Amino acid sequence: MAEQVLSIPPRESPVWRMFKSLALIRESVVGMVGLALIVFWVLVAVFANVLAPFPPNATIMPMAMPGTVGPDGSVFWLGTDHIGRDILSRIIYGSRRVLIFAPVATFCAYALGTPMGLAAGYRRGMTDDVLSFIANIILSFPVLVLYVIIIATVGASAINILVAVTFASAPGIFRIVRGLALDLRNREYVYAAETRGESPWRIMLVEILPNARGPLIVDACLRLGYVIITIGVLGFLGLGLPPPDPDWGGMINETRALATSFPHMTIYPVIAISSLVLGFNLLADGLREVSLRD
Amino acid sequence: MTGNGSGRHGDYEGPILECKNLSISYFTRAGEIPAVVDFNLTLNQGDSVGLVGESGCGKSTVAMAIMQYLGNNGGIVGGQVLYKGRDLATLSEEELRQLRGNEIAMVYQEPMASLNPSMTLGRQLMEVPLYHDDVNEEEAAKRARKILADVDLPDPDRVMASYPHQISGGQQQRVVIAMALLSNPTLLLLDEPTTALDVTVEAGIIELIAEIAKKFNTSMIYISHNLGLILATCDRVNVMYSGVVVEEGKVKVVFDHMRHPYTKGLFNAIPLPGADKTVRPLVPIRGQLPLPHERPPGCYFGPRCDFFQAGRCDVPTHGSTIAMRPVDGKPGHVVRCVRWDEIDWDAHMPEGVSGESISMGDEVLSVSNMRKYYELHDNSIAALIKGKRVRYVKANESISFIAHESETVAIVGESGCGKSTFAKVLMGLETATDGEVLFNGQDISNQPVQKRSPAQIGSVQMIFQNPFDTLNPSHSVGSQLARVIKKFGVETNKNRIEQRVMELLDLVKLPRDFARRRPRQLSGGQKQRVGIARAFAGNPAMVVADEPVSALDVSVQAAVTGLLMDIQREFRTTLLFISHDLSLVRYLADRVVVMYLGSIMEQGTTDEVFAPPYHPYTEALLSAVPIADTSIEKKRIILEGNLPSVMNPPKGCPFHTRCPRKIGRICETETPPFAEDSEGHVIFCHIPLEELRKVEPVIVQADTASDQPAAE
Repeated sequence: MAEQVLSIPPRESPVWRMFKSLALIRESVVGMVGLALIVFWVLVAVFANVLAPFPPNATIMPMAMPGTVGPDGSVFWLGTDHIGRDILSRIIYGSRRVLIFAPVATFCAYALGTPMGLAAGYRRGMTDDVLSFIANIILSFPVLVLYVIIIATVGASAINILVAVTFASAPGIFRIVRGLALDLRNREYVYAAETRGESPWRIMLVEILPNARGPLIVDACLRLGYVIITIGVLGFLGLGLPPPDPDWGGMINETRALATSFPHMTIYPVIAISSLVLGFNLLADGLREVSLRD
Repeated sequence: MTGNGSGRHGDYEGPILECKNLSISYFTRAGEIPAVVDFNLTLNQGDSVGLVGESGCGKSTVAMAIMQYLGNNGGIVGGQVLYKGRDLATLSEEELRQLRGNEIAMVYQEPMASLNPSMTLGRQLMEVPLYHDDVNEEEAAKRARKILADVDLPDPDRVMASYPHQISGGQQQRVVIAMALLSNPTLLLLDEPTTALDVTVEAGIIELIAEIAKKFNTSMIYISHNLGLILATCDRVNVMYSGVVVEEGKVKVVFDHMRHPYTKGLFNAIPLPGADKTVRPLVPIRGQLPLPHERPPGCYFGPRCDFFQAGRCDVPTHGSTIAMRPVDGKPGHVVRCVRWDEIDWDAHMPEGVSGESISMGDEVLSVSNMRKYYELHDNSIAALIKGKRVRYVKANESISFIAHESETVAIVGESGCGKSTFAKVLMGLETATDGEVLFNGQDISNQPVQKRSPAQIGSVQMIFQNPFDTLNPSHSVGSQLARVIKKFGVETNKNRIEQRVMELLDLVKLPRDFARRRPRQLSGGQKQRVGIARAFAGNPAMVVADEPVSALDVSVQAAVTGLLMDIQREFRTTLLFISHDLSLVRYLADRVVVMYLGSIMEQGTTDEVFAPPYHPYTEALLSAVPIADTSIEKKRIILEGNLPSVMNPPKGCPFHTRCPRKIGRICETETPPFAEDSEGHVIFCHIPLEELRKVEPVIVQADTASDQPAAE
C-alpha cells in the first residue's frame, strides 16, 4: 500500500533538496520579479568589465548631461559627474562592491547572531537573560550613531565596515533565532535527543537549527536588503570605503550638493540601490508566500 | 423560543437540514482533491446525528460545507446543502451571516481558540444577543447568566467576570457551548468538542450535550473519531471512510448489526471491555487510507477489505464509487457495500494480534517513596516581605511501585497527575528530590542523563506521544536511527550500523527503503513505528511509552499496539505504559498504577484495579470512559469541580475536593493510609476496605441485550 502511495525518492544531497524547495519561488509572481532584479544586478556585476563603456575612475568630460556624446564619439548614457567620470560605468562597477559586501556582512551577522540565539532559546535561564540584555543594549542604540562611533574610532576600511554592519544586525538575528529555538526546543525529537544524552550544541545545531531554516531564509533576504541600504548610508555619510573606487552611497554623497542643477548625478545611484533592495524584499515576500501555501 | 419572525423553530415543517449528493473538493497545486463524495444526510428537528471516521475521512469538511466556510481553495462541486429547504449556496453573505449567528452554531475542538483572550467571558456572551437580537445590556447580561446556569457552570457571575485563561479547559468548553446556545440555534454542529479534554471532564461535557438535545430540542451534528462518544450522544450515525459515508443508520442498529466491513474493522480495532490481549486480541485494519486523488475505483475500502472480490468490488457503479444499498428489514440502515448480504459475520473471525500470556521475570524497576518537587522562585515584592520566596510544586509525592522483566505496567491519570514528571526522572532529564529509583539494582534517581553510561542510557528508552513531533523533520529516518545506534555504542562500524538500521526497520515491519525517507513522507502510524524502532535500538531493558498511540487513528492504534507488544514479548522488555485511555490499559497492562495530583491512588493487577474494591477516583475514571458497546451498562459518576492546582494541592487526601464518596473531616486533614486489599493491590483511601468491597462494579455487561435483534 504505502509503496504505491509514496514513490521512493533516490538519495538526494541536502543542497539539492534546498535548491528544489527554493525553486518553488517560480509559483510566485512577486518572487520572480524580485529574483529577476537580483539576477540582473548579479549579471551586471559579473560582466562589469564587458558592460561598462568607460573605466570607472577615468575623468573624461565633467558635468555632461545624459546622452551627451563624448570626445571619441561614444555616448555618456547617464551623463558624467562633477569631475567627469561616466556615471553608468561607475554604477556598473559599484554593483560589484555592494554585491560582495552585503552578502558577506549578512553572513557574518548570521554567524554571530545564530549561535547566540540558539543558546538563549535552548538553554533559557541565565544564558538567555545575559544574551538578551546585551542584544537589547545594542538594539536600543541609534544605529547611525553606532556606525559613526565604530568607524570614527577605528577608521574606514573594508573590515571595519563589515564589523560595524555585523555588529548592528546580529541582535535582530539573535532575536529571531531565539524565538524559533524557544518553540522548537519543546518538540519531542528534542526530548528524544536529550534522553539519549546528546550534547547541548549538537541538539542546537543538528536538531533545532535545520528546522528553523524556513523563516531564516526569508529573513536573510530581507536583511540583505537592509544591509545594502546600510552600506549605502555609510557611503553617503562618508564612512564608506575611501575614494576613488565607485560606491553607490559614495556617489550620492559626492554629488548631492549639485543635485538641484544636475539631478542625474544622484538619481541614478539611488535607483540602483532601490532596485536591488526591492529585488531582495520581493524575493523575501515571494518565499514567504510559497512557504505558506501547500 | 425567542422567535424573531420568520423561519424560527416550529414554523417550518420538514427536515432542518438536508445534504443531497453533496460533493466537496479542495483545489491545490496538485489539482482538484475530492474531499467528500456523494454525501447524503437528512436531519429532522431534535435529531442528533453522529459523523464518525478516522482523520482525513472528510467529516470536518462536511461541517465546514454546512457552515459555508470552505475557504478560498474549497468548494461544493456537486449536490446541495438545504437548510429548511433553502439552498445555502444561493444565499448572500449577509443572509449567511444571519443564519450562522442565529440558527446554525458550531463548537470547535479547542475551546481556548474559540474564545477571545482579551475580553471577559460575560462580554463575549452578551455580544450574541446584543448583536443578533437587538436587546439592551441588562437583558443581554440576564440571558448570558441564564445560559451559563443551563450549561451547569457554578457561580455564573464569577464566570461572567473572568477572562478565558482564568477558568479550566472543561469550563471553557462549557462557555463555548453556552455561547453557541445563546441564540437558541436550530442546528448545532459539534466538531470533536471533547478531544482536547481529560476523560472525567469529557464525561461531564458529553452529559451536557446529551441534555441540551432534549432540553432545547436542538438538532445536532456530532463529529468524532470516538465510537463510544457517538453512542452516548447520538440517535443516528454516519460512518465515513475516505470521503464517503459507508454505512448509515440508527446508532444501536449500526453498532450491533454493522454491515460494512470497514465499520466491522473499526469495532475489531478498539479495545472493548472483555477484550484482553490474550483472549480477544485487537485486529488492525491492514494497509492505510488512500490519498483522496488516489482512491481505487469502485469501493474505496476495497484494497483493505478481507471480502474484496475482483470484478465486483472494483467496478464503479455510482460516479467513481459504488451506490448505497438499503439493508433489508432495517429501515433507514444503508450500507455502501456490494456484498453486505453475503458476508457471514458470525463465521468471520479475523486473526488478531498475537496471544499467549508471558511469564514475568525478575524485578527490574523498584521505586520507593520517590518524590519530585520543583522549586518556584517568587521574586515579587509581596513574597520578599512575607519571606516566602520559594514555593514547591509537588509533581510526585511518595511514588512506590515495582515492575518486573517483560511486565507491562500502566500508569494512568489525567493531565497534571505527574506521570510525565515521573517519566522524566526515569529518563534522567530530572533528578528526584527524595526517595529511591532502583533500576537493575542501581539507584538512578539522582543520576542525570549526562552522568549515565551509553549502555545505561540505551537500556531505558522512551516512546513519545505525538507522531508528528517524534522524528526530526530535517533528517532521514535512517540517519536518525543510525545516530541512536552510534550513540548507544551498539555498533561502531559504518556498515554494521547500516545493517542494524535495516534490522530495526524489519523489527517494526517497515520496508527497508524507508531508511532514506523523510518523516513527512510517512503516515502517523509509520512515524510511530520508527519511534518504536528508535526506542529499541539499544536493546533496552525498560521502555517508557508516553501515550504512544493516543494521537493515532483507531485502526492504526491496534496495529501499533500489537507491534509494541510483540517486540516487548520478544525481548522480554519491561514496558511502562503511560496512558489516559483505560480501555487500552485494561487490554494490554499486567499491572495498573492510578495517579492523581502526583500521588498514587490505587495500584494492583489489572483485574484487581478494574473490579471492586475501587478507589473512588478509579471508580470515577472507569465510569467516564466512553464505551462503544450497546450491551454495556455503566454507573454514571460525574466529578464535580476542577482539578486542583499542583502548586497548592489539597491537604489530607488530594482527591477530597472532588470525591463523591468523601466521608468527612478526616479526608481534609489526614493523609489516607495505604490499605492493602490483597498482596500488591493497594488503595490510598480513608474508607475502610470492607465498605469499598461492597461497591457495585462500574461496568456491567448486559449479556443478553446484544444477541437480541434491536427493536426498530
